[in-house]
Amino acid sequence: MPELNETYFHHALKVLEEVCIGCTHCMTVCPTQAIRVRKGKAQINDNRCIDCGECYNACPVNAFIVEQDDFASIKQFKARVALVPGVLIGQFPSKIPTSDIYNALKNLGFTHIFEVENTIGFILEGYEEEKQNGLRKPMISSFCPAVIRLIQVRFPSLIENIIRIKPPIDMSALYYRRKLQAEGFVDDEIGIFYVTPCAAKIASVKSPVDSEKSPVTGVINMKFLYNRIHKELSQSSTSGTENLNQDMLSSEGVLWSLTHGETMHSKGRALAIDGIHNVNDFLEKLENDEYESIDFLELRACDQGCAGGILISGNRFLTVERLKKRAVKYPHLEHKKLYLTNAPANNRIGEITARPIENLDDDVEQAIVKMSRQQELLSLLPDIDCAACGAPDCQTFAGDIVQNQTSISHCVFIREKMLARGELSKEDAEKINKEIWGDKPL
Amino acid sequence: VQLKYKIAGGDFANAGNVASSLKKVLRQLNISPQIIKKIVISVYEGEVNIVAHAYSGDVTIDIEKDKLRILLKDSGPGIADIDKAMEAGFSTASLQVREMGFGAGMGLPNMKKNSDILNINSVPGKGTELELITYFSKNA
Repeated sequence: MPELNETYFHHALKVLEEVCIGCTHCMTVCPTQAIRVRKGKAQINDNRCIDCGECYNACPVNAFIVEQDDFASIKQFKARVALVPGVLIGQFPSKIPTSDIYNALKNLGFTHIFEVENTIGFILEGYEEEKQNGLRKPMISSFCPAVIRLIQVRFPSLIENIIRIKPPIDMSALYYRRKLQAEGFVDDEIGIFYVTPCAAKIASVKSPVDSEKSPVTGVINMKFLYNRIHKELSQSSTSGTENLNQDMLSSEGVLWSLTHGETMHSKGRALAIDGIHNVNDFLEKLENDEYESIDFLELRACDQGCAGGILISGNRFLTVERLKKRAVKYPHLEHKKLYLTNAPANNRIGEITARPIENLDDDVEQAIVKMSRQQELLSLLPDIDCAACGAPDCQTFAGDIVQNQTSISHCVFIREKMLARGELSKEDAEKINKEIWGDKPL
Repeated sequence: VQLKYKIAGGDFANAGNVASSLKKVLRQLNISPQIIKKIVISVYEGEVNIVAHAYSGDVTIDIEKDKLRILLKDSGPGIADIDKAMEAGFSTASLQVREMGFGAGMGLPNMKKNSDILNINSVPGKGTELELITYFSKNA
């Protein structure tokens, strides 16, 4: 059992302190209450953060950055594979043929291009196996890493429901690495770089959910690459042909990362839920057994699935529209069966551990004492969730107090009362202000 | 620690609120997720019972270091035949309630399944009192 304060997760989202204005927008939208404001800056708690990117979207000053591997690092490999999700293609106007985008990627230094959704045939076979094996229902898709982390930290009793088949990114990396090995490349010569539409997938490559080594070599920020491709496209003439040579790619594959991309294959009762807050609310009720006889859940952190990823430059609805148009050009999966051989052998996800974040104390008795104190504190607090204390809401603030991470005088209402009653000096009140809001000239 | 909640009969839109807020509290206590789940399911079933059958009800939760006690007290029609009510599938719910997806006759059996002790006391025409106890360490 790891220590309470030990960092479990690698995170791709970071706060630029020099840019952050401590405005609390990120803090109040965070679905796991991972952010606090201290000295006028947002701080992310590594144990709580699930890399969903809500903070990134909410920030009015672009203080959040998504780390990425140095693009130049692809050069050290002989085979430089761009592992590309379909939503990259979907951001470009339909009049730009896929082969132009592929050519641009090659001009930028990649030697091979493999679309992530090529391997969804293997994944669907895996889903079927899981069903036959009697996985507990509703079976929950393993596609979205932010959702898996949400389940680990908040809904550990639902871990058993997660389908243990590796998501497309890993399945495709495994498949393509082996393909290149069969073509004569040795392992050290192969660099597989995933072009990511979100922060959660970076985190899932850097510290995989089952703590095993990721088959992906590195991750490239899609926003960065989108701009580079755009520049390339403007400098070269169009080939004018639609490249359909991704042998295994089907129309179903093209749609896979969008909302309903998975449920459309499900024969039973299947729901597609997108948006991390929607997912959170649904799982809350599901865990209470309020919903019965659901067979399959496709859960995605972003609105419209990956088309709504935080590193997508284009409009998500237009991206969806273009991918739907693109899907029509590809044959159905059943016609691709011929190519679906050599499924990767180690395609199962290992152990997924519970990582509860809400324990007030490891000792139940102590935890009850703290909880009781928290309830008392809550009755004193204004319950308006103003966030002026540096915590996202009164409940969380009360929890922080009993964990000795802050004090009740950080609540602006209580502080005013204490000042009025002479229980707090003006100097001390000013000091508290600075602790939360920093040295801003007001 | 004692937590108290009120439930209004017929308020299906809010059935589940007690279960959800209790879960928030229990998550903080380092109790196994499986035990929390059992408790939350029992409370939810109890809530739905009050909403579906009674005029109003009170839920009192006592949390001790080794167990949790749920007391569900309602004023309502009461239960005429408790043994019958404990049978899976037996229901007196109105057609209206059933059409909303409730009243399958699994409430009390589910509560019994998910708690270690269940005591029930009912006076027809007045109301029902239900006590559920769950131990934290059991099968944990």
